[in-house]
Formats: sequence, C-alpha cells, structure tokens
Amino acid sequence: MNRLLTPQHLKWLLVSLAVVLGTHIPNLPLWVIMASISFGTWRYLLDRYQWAMPKIWALLPITLIICVGIIVTFKGFFGRDASLSLLVVMCSLKLLETKTLRDYMLVIVLAYFLVGNLFLFNQTIATFGLSIAPLILLTATLINISFKDAGKQRDIQFTLKLAAQLLLQAVPVMLILFVLFPRIPGPLWGLPQDANSGMTGLGDSLQFGNISNLTKNSAIAFRVQFKNAVPERNQLYWRGPVLWHQEDRSWTMSSSKIGLQPEIAKVSGNPIQYTMTLEPHNRLWMLMLDLPTLIPQDARLTHDYSVVANKPVRTRLRYDAISFSSYQLGLSLGERERLLSLQINEGENPKTVQLAESWQGLSAVDKINTALKRYREQPFVYTLKPPRLDDNPVDDFLFNTKRGFCEHYATSFVYLMRAAGVPARIVTGYQGGEYNPNGNYYIVRQSDAHAWAEVWLAERGWVRVDPTAAVSPERIENGISDALDETDELPLMARPDYPWLKKAYLNWDSVNNGWNQWVLGYDDKKQLDFLKKLSGKNLNLMHMLIGMVSIIAVIMGLTTYFLVKQQKAKLNPAQRIYAQYLKQLKRAGLTPNNGETVLHFAARAADALPHQQTLIMDIAQRYNIITYSASPKPLLLEKLAQLIKQFHVNKQQ
Amino acid sequence: MQKTIQAIIHATSHIILGKEQQVKLSLTCLLAGGHLLIEDLPGMGKTTLAHTLAQVLGLGFRRTQFTSDLLPADIIGVSVFDRNTSSFQFHAGPIFTNVLLADEINRATPKTQSALLEAMEEHQVTVDGNTHLLPQPFFVIATQNPKHHIGTFALPESQLDRFLMRITLGYPDAQSERALLKNQGGRANASSIQAVCDADGLLKLQQQVHQVHVSDALLDYLQALIQYTRTQTNEGLSPRAGLGLRQCAQAWALIDGRDFVTPEDVQAVLPSVVAHRLAQDGNSNIAKQILDQVAIT
Repeated sequence: MNRLLTPQHLKWLLVSLAVVLGTHIPNLPLWVIMASISFGTWRYLLDRYQWAMPKIWALLPITLIICVGIIVTFKGFFGRDASLSLLVVMCSLKLLETKTLRDYMLVIVLAYFLVGNLFLFNQTIATFGLSIAPLILLTATLINISFKDAGKQRDIQFTLKLAAQLLLQAVPVMLILFVLFPRIPGPLWGLPQDANSGMTGLGDSLQFGNISNLTKNSAIAFRVQFKNAVPERNQLYWRGPVLWHQEDRSWTMSSSKIGLQPEIAKVSGNPIQYTMTLEPHNRLWMLMLDLPTLIPQDARLTHDYSVVANKPVRTRLRYDAISFSSYQLGLSLGERERLLSLQINEGENPKTVQLAESWQGLSAVDKINTALKRYREQPFVYTLKPPRLDDNPVDDFLFNTKRGFCEHYATSFVYLMRAAGVPARIVTGYQGGEYNPNGNYYIVRQSDAHAWAEVWLAERGWVRVDPTAAVSPERIENGISDALDETDELPLMARPDYPWLKKAYLNWDSVNNGWNQWVLGYDDKKQLDFLKKLSGKNLNLMHMLIGMVSIIAVIMGLTTYFLVKQQKAKLNPAQRIYAQYLKQLKRAGLTPNNGETVLHFAARAADALPHQQTLIMDIAQRYNIITYSASPKPLLLEKLAQLIKQFHVNKQQ
Repeated sequence: MQKTIQAIIHATSHIILGKEQQVKLSLTCLLAGGHLLIEDLPGMGKTTLAHTLAQVLGLGFRRTQFTSDLLPADIIGVSVFDRNTSSFQFHAGPIFTNVLLADEINRATPKTQSALLEAMEEHQVTVDGNTHLLPQPFFVIATQNPKHHIGTFALPESQLDRFLMRITLGYPDAQSERALLKNQGGRANASSIQAVCDADGLLKLQQQVHQVHVSDALLDYLQALIQYTRTQTNEGLSPRAGLGLRQCAQAWALIDGRDFVTPEDVQAVLPSVVAHRLAQDGNSNIAKQILDQVAIT
C-alpha cells in the first residue's frame, strides 16, 4: 500500500479527477475551479520535473486562504454549495501531498463521493448519464494501481474495458439494493435551504409582467394522467392561488384570512379522476383541476378552494385527485367576503369607475356580458410584449393601449366588475396542457401559466369568467402558441415550428416521466406496494433487510462458486488429484510454502511423517514426472491416484 | 552417457574434497556451454577446481595469471614480422585452448578484461583484421577475489552478465579438511588424475542438454521468476539471463539423470545464475527472496 506513485498512476488520477471536476463545473464558483486546476497542474509539474513536494508550512497558508475564500463566497461553511466547493478544492489540494498509493486511494474515494454529490443538485436521467463516465474512469484508476504488471498498466483500453465490466457486474446488486433497501418516509437527510433555490412557479401575488415572464419558461410545472374521460381543453383550468386584495398594481391573497367562511361547493355530473405529478416549486400550491373535491394527504383546502400543502413542495409530488367540471361554489356570500371582493381603492382609475357606473341598472349577468363584449369588439390585442402602463393602469389599459396579456385582462375585468358592484376575484393557475401520446399523459409547463376571473352571482355562486377567452379564444382552445403572433418570444418547446423536434422532445419526456414515476418516485409507499404485489404479503422493514442481505449473499455465493469451479477446471487431472493429497497433508498441519517445490515439500512432509516416507516421496516423484516430463504414460496417472488413495493421515500423527 | 557424467563428478570430487555441490554446478555451467566465475578468498581451491575439471574432461588447459600490467596481447596473441617470409606471423596467445583459467581476473585492467570478455562472447579473436576461431569447446573459468580486496578492478555489470554462473567454494567441512591435511586431495594430486572424457564427448553431452524436455508448466514457472525480478527488484533479469537459467536447469536435470526439467532443478541452479546479475544493490539474499516469493505453477 505504501508503494510510491509512478508517473503512470498520477496521470490516471489527474485525468479522472479532471473529469469529475468537469461534471461539477455548473455547481462551483469560478475561483474554486481555477484553484483546483492549478493544484492539479502543479502536481503534474512536480512529477514531470522531479521537483520537491511542497512542505506542510507552505500548504497551511493556502488552506487558510481557501477557507477564507469559501466563507466569503458562501457566507459560511454550511450548506450544499459551500460544502461541495470546500470538498472539491481540498481534494485537489490533497494532490500536493499525494506520494504513496495510500494517499492515492484516499483521493479516489473522495472523488467517488464527489460523483455522488452530483445527485444533490438534481436527479434527472441526464445527471445519471453524466455520472457514468467519471465512475468508469475512477474505477479504471483503481484498477491501474492494482496491476503489478507494467505492460498492463499501460494498456488504457484494456483498463477502461475492465472498469466498465466491473461496474456492469455491480448492476444486479445495485438493482436489489434499489428495490429492497428500506425507504424512510421523507427525504433521508434534510437538504439545506440553498438546495431549493432556482425553482420556478406561480407566485402568491400578481403584478403586470409576472405571468408573461413565466410564459418564457419551458420548465414543466406538472404532468397529469387522466384515468377515464379527458375534459375538453377549454375546461382544463388548473386552480392555484386565489387573489382578493388589490394594492396599487399588485394583487395579493386576502390580507387577513381569519374569520373567512369556507365556501361550500355542490358538484354534479361525472367525476374526473386523474393523477398529478407536481414538480417541486418551493411554494405551497398543489395545483388541481377546477373544482377539486378529493385532495391529497398532507394538504388542505383554503376557504376559497385552492389546495395548499402543509409544507413547501420541494420534492416531486405524485397524488391522486378527483375534480368535477360542473359545480356550484359558495352560494351564500358572507358580509366580510362581499366587502373583500368589492374592494377597490378610492380615486384610482376614474375612467374605469365611470364606465362601470354607467352600467347601473343592468343585472349582474348583463354587466359581465357588456364588459366581455367590450373586450371582444374593441381592438384589444393579446400579446407577450405589452407597453408600460401609467399611474392609473386599468384606465390606461382599457382606454388607451389595449395591448396585454392574461394578467392584464383578468385584473382589468375584475376591477371593472368590482367598480360595477359585482363581487369578483382573480384566480391564478395554469390553463391547457400538451398531450403526450407516448405515455398517454398531459404536460403542463410554466408557459401555460394563466390568470382568470371569478365573479359571484346570486343563486349561482362563484362563476369562472375568462376575459382572455373573449379577446383570444385561441389561447384557451389551442394553447399559447396559437394565440400569439410573436412566437419567437416563447420557449422553443412551446413553439409550433420544428414538429420533429417536438416529437423527439415528447418521446424524451415520456422516458423522463417513467424515470420520475419509477426511479425517483420509488418511495416508502411505492416500495411497500410493489413488494406486496410481488410477494402477496405485507412486508415490514425487517423482511426487506433480511431479503436484501440474503439475496445479495446468494448472488455473491453463486459467483464465488462459479469462479472457483472455473479455476478448478483449469487444473489438469494430476493437479486435481494432488490437491486432494494436499488436503490430507493439511490435516497433519503440513502445507506447501509459496516457493516450495513438490520434492522439497515431500522431503519436509516425510520428515514429519516418517512412517509414510516412502509413499510420500513416491507420490512426489510421480507427480513431477507427470507434470514435467515430455510424454508421461497414462498409467502413471492411475498409479498416482492409487498411491494417493493409500495415503492417510491419522490425526494422532 | 550418464556413466561419463558420474565419472567426471566422481573423479573431480576426489581432488576437490567435500564440494560435490560446487563440482556439480561447475559441470552444469560447462554442459550448458557457459563461462564460469568462481569467487572466493585466495587459497580456497579455485584454481584447483578449474584445473581438475579441465583435466578430467580431457581438454586443453591454459592458465593465465591476471595482473594489473597484463595487456590484451598477452592473452590473445601478437602478430610478429617474420623476416624470412617478409610478412606478419600471428603468434597465438594462451586463449587458444579449450579451457582458459583466468586467474584473479579482477586484478587486470578493464582494457584487458574486456578483450577477454569479447573473445568469450564471440568465440573468436580478431588481430590486425584477421579473424581467428577459437577451438571448440571453449570455456573461460575465471576466478576472482572478493571486490573489497586491495588492487582489484570490479567487473562491470555488462561483463558479469557474460558469465553464465558464479559460484563460491567456501571453507571445507571438518572431515574434508582433515583429509586435505592428510594430503589425500588438493592440487598435489591433481596432475595424477586420468581423463574420463574428451572434447568430442563433451560436445555430445552439450547436445544432450538441449534434448532435456522443458514442459509448459515449467516455462510458466520460469517466466514467473523472470517477471518477478523485473517488477519487484531494481534490475530485472535480461533475456540472455533467462535463457541461461533454462539451459542450466536442463544441464542440472541431465546430471541428475533425468530427461525433463523440474522446479527443483531451477531452484538448484537459480542462485548461481542470478545472484551476480542482480546483487548490485548489495542484497545478498536476492536469490532466496525470489525463490520464496514466486509460487510454483
């Protein structure tokens, strides 16, 4: 173990470390990458020109500087990103005191751990694929130090092939561990806060530009699989947060929720059953089809019928749900709710207020229709690039610019309704979805984000009105790409051009969906279900552990058995008979030493067992003749077998 | 054939008392067609052994005492101008014989040493552009004092490699010592000995060595040994050394009366074949280390 590194060993180590570093580039600050590269180069030059290794007093200040750098960059040592950077840079610094193979092993083990760290950032198939190359390289590096034969050390192709073979051989064990290793409910360890940065999704407020920004993001919000009938596309309203309160340009959820009465829903018609797979977005919303009735565990229904989880959604959630498309919601409107849903600020948007007041005398339904007719008939344009609005934004939009996105239509409509005395609120969420025939499910992206209105009518309760549909029916019927002229603003995947790209993407997404469902989604519940199906019994943790250990033991036992058998098959008949004889001698405590020849061993054995001296020497002579002479007679082998049968060791001897 | 070999050993052992192993090894070396280096302190019977072997084998024998002022021409010979024929006449040196005893080879200067060693390798000498073949068989039996003795020039590694074997004699045991003191052996009796073989007989024996069977199993063992020296020690055995090891093992097997080589043969000759090639770093136990570490296949 304490052999010194050869230049060959060092090259392997440096190359595989460089590849591991390469896979982590997006996760590291630039200075950490540069430092690691320079330590590696330094180590290479030390070896190349046979310079002396740096002394410990030279390395200590470097270590200190690195620690300070990490603290300054990450404001401390804790958290995923800081720890990774520290580990990477220390691992490469360790190279500068890597002299013996023991150090070499240490660095390789660290590097394996670094590969595992990739999965702290994401767990996609791509990451899995990315981890394969470094794993093969690291294993090849390990193989490289195990070779004593200099010729084999130099054979790169052979080493890589062997490494790949070794990893492939580990796959069955990996699968068994995957299926049977007991899953603990919830994540195994708490991911640090910064692990959840960079997630996108609906906010809890609505400002102009919120949703149109989200529309540029092609990230998947969730996937849906319907169990029976699929509703019409114009019914695919995925309900998110409901916004009551208007303040300047921003709409938020009601300022105080205390005392608000939960709304009561009456549903009719056929239930829509479906399974949602929600991507993590670090907020509470659990999106459901309008109007949800069955809600998942660990979630609750708010008074205005949106579903929120008990803690932010930081892992991919999969849940079954039931919704009804025909419903009556909140038939009776409490006094506080009425006030909240009519709230507009005095003195703002005078033109809009004036317009609404001009409709006095009309019924609520007529007011809605008049407003929608206005959107339909006046030259309103549905666009991702609306102009900036002045201090009275609703006025400016309704009477002047007339160019806007769903948030403009929803907010202006709700404002208009409130001014006209009709209780109204904004609902945000997603609308539509893209069907993937490969997996028979729908993909809903961030670009499908949408905002619409709900108005309260006596006897009918809260009714969904989507003013965007009045301006741009295509948005609701066909999706966003049909509704916009300037499709280049949209993410590639939401665009209508490149149908082959789209098709390839859908294929890829169905693979991804399977990965999410079966690999990442294989949690404690799924594991129990799966094992129950497999065994027909309810299994507990103990069963799983015992099963796992015993299956692996059986596999390893079988492998060993076949390997030993293979080894034995290589022995010739004389060697096999002689091996039996050696077993006999072993009972008398006699085993041949490593470099001891048959005759020398026989002489030693004969000394220890003087009664059998002749026999022992005879056996050795004959064995030598059979093994080494030009053409031994077949009879010799029989004679040897006979002699060995004669030979017995009494335990007393 | 076997009789001849036993007779050679028997006759030689009459003179070199109590050193049967060394006598066998020397004969092994000669049968394998290699040159022999005998290293020991003065007065241990080195010269006697060489002289006796030559006599028993019925070979021409010349002895040259190497000194620091010995010149290459003193061994190889010189061309002298003959006034009668008006041409140069080559006067052969002591090297033109079957067995050349190069006594205390490490007292000569490197220049003289290398002249001798060249002849050893080529079995011919070239003087003034004329090549003269040496008689067959041709052996050099060199003796040398241990290196730390004053006034010696150590043989360089490249020249050590030309000696197939190096043996040491060591002190005689008590019984042999007494016999020696009673004047029952030693150099005094060497001249009285009868030849039991001749040059042709020896060449035949050498042919016989090549016929000794080397099985694949044994080749595996040989290769493992050679490979071990190349990976686990500073300097590995050269291919020439590997070939030499095989030939010596074959010769040893022949002397033992077998027509196949066993690992025991290899182990018997290995210390004499490899020790002077590998012991440069002062590790005198190198042969034992190799034999203990390499498993027999």
